[in-house]
Amino acid sequence: MARAVSTRRKIAMTTLAWIVGLVIFFPIFWTILTSFKTEAQAINNPPLFWGFDFTLENYAVVQERSDYMRYLWNSVIIAGGSTILGVLVAVPAAWSMAFVPSRRTKDILLWMLSTKMLPAVGVLYPISLIFVEFNLLDTRGGLILVLMLINLPIIVWMLYTYFREIPVDILEAARMDGAGLREEILYVLTPMAIPGIASTVLLNVILAWNEAFWTLNLTAATAAPLTAFIASYSSPEGLFYAKLSAASTMAIAPILILGWFSQKQLVRGLTFGAVK
Amino acid sequence: MATQHSRSAARLMMTPAVILLLGWMLVPLTMTLYFSFKRYLPMRGDSLERGLDWVGFENYVRFIGSSSFWPSVQATLLIVGGVLVITVVLGILLAILLDQPFWGQGIVRILVIAPFFVMPTVSALVWKNMMMDPVNGMFAYLWRFFGAEPVSWMSDASVQSIILIVSWQWLPFATLILLTAIQSLDSEQLEAAEMDGAPVLSRFFYIILPHLGRAITIVILIQTIFLLSIFAEIFVTTGGSFGTRTLTYLIFQRVVDSQNIGLGSAGGVYAIILANIVALFLMRIVGKNLDQ
Repeated sequence: MARAVSTRRKIAMTTLAWIVGLVIFFPIFWTILTSFKTEAQAINNPPLFWGFDFTLENYAVVQERSDYMRYLWNSVIIAGGSTILGVLVAVPAAWSMAFVPSRRTKDILLWMLSTKMLPAVGVLYPISLIFVEFNLLDTRGGLILVLMLINLPIIVWMLYTYFREIPVDILEAARMDGAGLREEILYVLTPMAIPGIASTVLLNVILAWNEAFWTLNLTAATAAPLTAFIASYSSPEGLFYAKLSAASTMAIAPILILGWFSQKQLVRGLTFGAVK
Repeated sequence: MATQHSRSAARLMMTPAVILLLGWMLVPLTMTLYFSFKRYLPMRGDSLERGLDWVGFENYVRFIGSSSFWPSVQATLLIVGGVLVITVVLGILLAILLDQPFWGQGIVRILVIAPFFVMPTVSALVWKNMMMDPVNGMFAYLWRFFGAEPVSWMSDASVQSIILIVSWQWLPFATLILLTAIQSLDSEQLEAAEMDGAPVLSRFFYIILPHLGRAITIVILIQTIFLLSIFAEIFVTTGGSFGTRTLTYLIFQRVVDSQNIGLGSAGGVYAIILANIVALFLMRIVGKNLDQ
C-alpha cells in the first residue's frame, strides 16, 4: 500500500522534474539542433524539430569565413595558460597557509578574496593604459596575466580548503618512519593533494573560458578568444541563425563537457568554501 | 624545533601570490582615484605628458548630477533585484524538486546546471535571436500559436529580457548551492514532522527554509557581486539602450565611448565603494566559517 503511493509519487516527480529540466535546457538544445539546419530551415515557421535536411555546412562556413580555429586556439591558450600560471603561484601560498597557519592567515585569505570583489569596470581605463604602455593590448600574454590575476583568489581559496582536509597526522606517521621533507612532499602529500588541484584547475579553466569583460575590452583581431568572436554576431548581416548556432555550439561544447564533471567543485569554488 | 625555519619558508611561499594581488589591487585603484580628481578628455587634447588639471570633486558631482545617473541606478536595482528574486525563489523550488527521488536524477541535474557553463555572449545572443526575436524567435511562434501579438522583447521589454537571460544563467548556481544545503538537512527531522501530520507548507516554512537561511544569504551576496558587474549580456543585446544602461554600463560608456576618463573614473570609484559594501557582509560570513 505504502509502496504503491510512493511509486505513484515517484512517477509524478519524475514527470515534473524532466519537464522542468527540459525547459531549462531548451535554449541549448535548440541551438545545437539549429546548427545542423540550413539558414532557410532555421527560421522556418513553424519551427522544425525534425524533418529538416541535416547539414554540416554551417560548421564549414563558420570556419572558412572567420577562421574559427584561431579563436578556439586563443581560448585554449588563454584559459589554459592563466589557469596553469595561477595554480603555480597559488599552490605554494595555499600550501603554507593550510599547513603553517599563523595569526594573520585568516586576514590574508579574506583580503585576497576582497580583491576579487573589485568591479572590473572601475579599473578599465588604468588597465588599458598599462596594456598600451607595455604593448600588451590584443596579446594573449596580456590576457593570460589579467585572467590569472582575477581568478587567483578563487584558486588560492579552493586549494586552501582542499589542503586543509589533508590530515596532518599522516605527516607525523611518515616522519616516524624516517621520511625526510622531500619524501614527505613527494610520496605523502602530493598524492593526497592532486584531486584537489585537479578540481581547482577544472573550475578555473571554465571560469577563464567564459570570462567576458576583459576578453571583450582588451582584444581586437589577433588575440580575441571565442567570447569576443561570438560577440561579433551581435551586428550580423542577412540570415545567420544557423551559423550563429554552429559557432555557439562549438564555443560551448568543450566547456559543457568539462562542466558536467565539476558540479561539486563549482559549489565549493564559488562560495569560497562557505558551502561544501 | 623546525618551527622558525618553516615559518619563514611559509612566508616565502606566500610572497608571489601576495605581491601579485597587491599590485593588481593597488596600481589600477590608485590610478582610478587619481584620474577621478582630474579633467581628462583625451579627445580634446588632454594628455598625461602635458599634465592634467586638478578639478577636485567636480567629476564626482557631475557623475551623480548627470541625467543618466539615476536611471542607471534604477536599471541596476531592477536587474540585480529581479534576478535575485527569480533565482532564489526558483532555486529553492528546484533544489527541493531535485532532492526528491525520481528516475533519471543525474541527467536532469545535468540539464538544469548546463546554462551556467554557457559563455555570456553565447547565452545573450541565443536568447536575443533564437528565443526573443519578434519575427523568427521561439517566443514569437508560441505567441502567434496562441493567437497573441509577438512581443518586441529587446525594445519593449528590454529590462525584463535582460533579467530573464541573466536569471537563466544564474539559476543553476543558486540551485546547486541550495541543493547542497538541503542535502545536509537531517531527513529524520522531516520524517518525524511528516509523521506528526505537519502539512507540506509548514514543513517548508518551519524546517526547510530556516535550514537554508545561511545558504540563501551566501547565494544573494555572491550573486549580487557578480550581477552588479554584468556587462557582456548588455553589450551584445541592447548596447545599453531602452533603459538597460546599468551603473557598470554607464561607466563603461563614459570611459570608452565618450572618452571622459575623469568622469568615468569618478563613477568607477562609486562602483568600487558599492561593491565593497556588499563584499563586507559576504566576508563576515565567509570569515566566520573559517574559524570553525
